[in-house]
Amino acid sequence: MLRKSALIRTAVAGLGLLAVIGAGSVAGAATTQAPLKEVPGGFSFEGPLGKFDQASMQRGFKVYAEVCASCHAMSLMSYRNLCQPGGPFYDERWKDHPAESPYCKAIAADVKVPDIDPDTGDAIQRPATPADHFRSPFPNEPAARASNGGALPPDLSVMARAREGGPQYIYSILTGYVAPPAGLTIAPGKFYNPYMPGDLGSSWSGSKTTVPLGGVIAMPFQLTAGRVTFDDGTPSTTSQQAKDVATFLAWTAEPKQQERKEAGLAVMIYLIFFTGILYLSYRRIWRDVAH
Amino acid sequence: MSGHSTYEPKTGIERWLDARLPIIRFAKETAIDFPTPKNLNYWYTFGGILAVCLVVQILTGVILAMHYVPNGDMAFNSVEHIMRDVNYGWLIRYMHANGASMFFLAVYIHIARGLYYGSYKAPREVLWILGCIIYLLMMATAFMGYVLPWGQMSFAGAVVITSLFSALDQIIPGLGTAITTWLWGGFAVGGATLNRFFSLHYLLPFMIAGVVGLHIWALHVPGNNNPTGVEPTSKEDMVPFHPYYTVKDGFAISAFFILFAWFVFFAPEALGHVDNQVPANPLVTPAHIVPEWYFLPFYAILRSVPQKLFGVLAMFGSIAMLFALPWLDTSKVRSMRYRPTARIFLILFVLATIGLGWCGGKEPADMVITMGHDANNDPTGFSVVWFSRILAIYYYAYFVLILPLLGLFETPSEVPTTISTPVLPKGGSAIPAGAVAAPEKKG
Repeated sequence: MLRKSALIRTAVAGLGLLAVIGAGSVAGAATTQAPLKEVPGGFSFEGPLGKFDQASMQRGFKVYAEVCASCHAMSLMSYRNLCQPGGPFYDERWKDHPAESPYCKAIAADVKVPDIDPDTGDAIQRPATPADHFRSPFPNEPAARASNGGALPPDLSVMARAREGGPQYIYSILTGYVAPPAGLTIAPGKFYNPYMPGDLGSSWSGSKTTVPLGGVIAMPFQLTAGRVTFDDGTPSTTSQQAKDVATFLAWTAEPKQQERKEAGLAVMIYLIFFTGILYLSYRRIWRDVAH
Repeated sequence: MSGHSTYEPKTGIERWLDARLPIIRFAKETAIDFPTPKNLNYWYTFGGILAVCLVVQILTGVILAMHYVPNGDMAFNSVEHIMRDVNYGWLIRYMHANGASMFFLAVYIHIARGLYYGSYKAPREVLWILGCIIYLLMMATAFMGYVLPWGQMSFAGAVVITSLFSALDQIIPGLGTAITTWLWGGFAVGGATLNRFFSLHYLLPFMIAGVVGLHIWALHVPGNNNPTGVEPTSKEDMVPFHPYYTVKDGFAISAFFILFAWFVFFAPEALGHVDNQVPANPLVTPAHIVPEWYFLPFYAILRSVPQKLFGVLAMFGSIAMLFALPWLDTSKVRSMRYRPTARIFLILFVLATIGLGWCGGKEPADMVITMGHDANNDPTGFSVVWFSRILAIYYYAYFVLILPLLGLFETPSEVPTTISTPVLPKGGSAIPAGAVAAPEKKG
């Protein structure tokens, strides 16, 4: 008994020491960022049992298609994905053949994608099919940069997994534009955003102790109120558009997220039950051995 | 290993096979009848857990390799293809990625258990060294596996680790550069590097499996150590491996899988880094390069030395210490259960390693304790790099000073004469009647 308690005391003391040291640290990294905004109402897909809100994903797709898609590619997504189980336009009637869904066909048909004419070899534009990848707004990176003041609009396919905070970060960036504080020099064609990770020390004329948080971004504020008209009548505020497009991007970043969590619940229940049975077997087999 | 066989071939086929390849006899001797000390606690279940981890990694890895494309232009998208279009690809990939972390978690507990109970001491030095070789192979495999998704952190990690060899330029000018060029298959990390890393990442796990075979062989010659560190003296100290330890290990493996499943299904990217979801771009370096959590202590040791060559030597030396451990510990007492002083130093050693891991995840210039600010408003005080220096010195001191000297000067507490002594009431018989006689017939 003495042996065990001494061991625990030492371990606790050591951990306490580490905790004190950890709490005392204030990292002095050059890159800063304002604490991310709270999303009103939160995201429905958060947490171990979270599920995607299909109406929100549909609205988010509309924001993407009408606003984001004019500059940002989404090369990992195909139109058929929109109708697969768990997708924004999933319909049970086409459960086994999502690419046959009229929603996907109609969405794809509205878009022209580049192709090669099989008879002449000429470069042509044809209506997309559900099997096509989302159309990229620019043919190549130099073209994208040339149209955006030298900046490359990043591909949005996995954006919600590629930034700290994910969907919350996307929401904060999209709604977080504010006028730059006096004393901050922002180059023409660039914009101040406190949620963009950056180091503004060199463009700040004030005291070193009051450098504004955040950085500069080449994308201007996009989601003005009413920019996108939602078909379901949801008021099209900046916050609503940002929340919906963040939801859509969370889904595109990991379309199997909900399937993963649902499978996880079943696996957990099974494993806990099975582990319990093994423990009882262990107790029974060892019951006569002093050890 | 022989001498405890109760195998009697019953059928003609079994007798025929037994005379030619006694594989059934071997399996029965090593996996069923093998006499095992009856006092092994749950810390001893991690060997079985690790065997399962290796099997999970190889099975999921072979399936991933069917869909993955080791090409600089296609690797990132092929991983996303697995996540999106391959049936249960997301499950297989998350098991593989998190399985690596679980593997290291288990191996660190397994090593710490060996350190505490003195499992590295005679006659188990070869067993211990084989384990160290497995650990080294695991590190190489994990590093190359982390490069394969070809994200930003994959690329940065490949650059940082392969460039370590360029420190050899400080011994023979040109040698380090030649080695890194050879490793890269070019003059920079690129598609050729990715392709060879994939080849080696597929090869090394089978080498691990081979060394695991030797590790288990080397275990079965002297038999298990146990929490008392006292060698078994009689049959009463032992139980057959099956069913006693198959059920105990089985329970522990299943419990471990609950943790594993939690990460796979509910936090699959908690142990990763968001920068690795950005495709590799040689022109953009991530702001803050960090390795996976299981390499952080060694990364901290590397960065704690201002001179590159000595930093690299300090890092590799910290693992080399493990190989020399059986001859550094001078104590005649095996288990730290009976070495109260050594126990405190070992706990501090574990805390120092965890502390080094914490340092490895921070920037060297970050402050542990901030005392003020300089003219540029950068904090001043006790920095991470100094904290990691102190911890690294303790790490080394544990091996080269504390263990060699402690064995000569400490006073161990009383060591029991047999395994059974500590658990029995005074004057009790070694084992209750009938305990091991026929366990499978009970219940």
